[in-house]
Amino acid sequence: MASNTQEAAHGAADAAHGSAPGMPQLDFSTFGNQIFWLAVALVVIYLILSRVALPRIAAVLAERQGTITNDLAAAEDLKAKAVEAENAYNKALADARAEAQRIAAEARAEIQADLNDAIAKADAQITEKAAESEKAIAEIKAGALDSVKTVANDTAEALVAALGGKSDAKAIAAAVDERMKG
Amino acid sequence: MGKIFFFAALALVVVSGFLFAPEHAALAIHPMDQFNVSPLFGDHIAWYTPTNVTLWMGLAIVAVFALLVLGSSRRAIVPSRAQSVAELAYGFIYKMVEDVAGKDGVKFFPYIMTLFMFIVMANFLGLIPGSFTTTSHIAVTAVLAALVFFTVTIVGFVKNGVGFLGLFWVSSAPLALRPILAIIELISYFVRPVSHSIRLAGNVMAGHAVLKVFAGFAAALGAFSFLPIFAITAVYALEVLVAFIQAYVFTILTCVYLKDALHPSH
Repeated sequence: MASNTQEAAHGAADAAHGSAPGMPQLDFSTFGNQIFWLAVALVVIYLILSRVALPRIAAVLAERQGTITNDLAAAEDLKAKAVEAENAYNKALADARAEAQRIAAEARAEIQADLNDAIAKADAQITEKAAESEKAIAEIKAGALDSVKTVANDTAEALVAALGGKSDAKAIAAAVDERMKG
Repeated sequence: MGKIFFFAALALVVVSGFLFAPEHAALAIHPMDQFNVSPLFGDHIAWYTPTNVTLWMGLAIVAVFALLVLGSSRRAIVPSRAQSVAELAYGFIYKMVEDVAGKDGVKFFPYIMTLFMFIVMANFLGLIPGSFTTTSHIAVTAVLAALVFFTVTIVGFVKNGVGFLGLFWVSSAPLALRPILAIIELISYFVRPVSHSIRLAGNVMAGHAVLKVFAGFAAALGAFSFLPIFAITAVYALEVLVAFIQAYVFTILTCVYLKDALHPSH
């Protein structure tokens, strides 16, 4: 309501002023004013932009570009370093592995030699022991044969005596020998 | 349940609409009143009088200052929001000038940036309800277009001498057609500032007038005012787009004209 009356009053005022009824845009009496203030505004904006804003923004953008370029270069550098380090690491690893293999082979050869020595020594001892044993066995065997002859002689003498004969040691030994050959 | 509430609310709206409807709901719409130039003090307008034009142009300056100077005041490598908008605006116009007008057009960049920032800020400020839109006035846009026109013409003759007239002499056309084409080119050259200025003022003015007309409908329709209010919302969104696009169009056309002045050969 209030706004309506206000507008009506406004319209009346307009009519009283005799300004363009339709478009304020075509009211030439205000052109000078608008153009003057537009000129002021443009000059002020131009001064703000050319003196302060644009150089500052350009500097910031350039600085950022520089920072990005530097950072990229640094990153490239670091990357190269990392690759180098990796290569060194790989090389060290390969060296260490070869060294380890060499040491292992050496140790294996040493052990093998020791082993061979020990085996040879053991073989020799075994042979010696075997010969000794054989000799002992032969001795025992010979001893046993003698004992058998003695026992046979004694048994034969005892048998002959028991049967009432007169034992002739010589004849009995000959007979036992005879039998033992056969 | 929701349905009942909805209908109850609707009924309430309708009843209240009838109760509180304006008594003389006759269409008292003054869509053009928003464009009135009125003095801030007193009631006489001379060329130096501070008017609402002064106020809103001043606010445009303040907005430009706030965005480009205060926004970039920290000079951060990693920009704040305001600073990145300022840088975006800078990069946008710089690239436009460089791409359209060429490398040698870059020295006109501050002038073109001035035009763009003024127009875009004036357009956006004009979208504040109750504000005054300086770019809706032919007087303003005509001065802007005339500035571009005269700058471009003078630069064209200074840079190329008489060779600038080669702009009108289409050497790739058959000889017989060339004079006719020259007349057409000449006319189109002089029509440029007209279309340049009227395009901007016309778009801005039409959009604002439409908003006001719908607002008037909303006042007159009582209960059904929600229909024009929806329409206002939609048109307002469109106007936000237009506010930027018209500033962009004005600026890129300036760059195109500048390119013609710097490189008049077709």
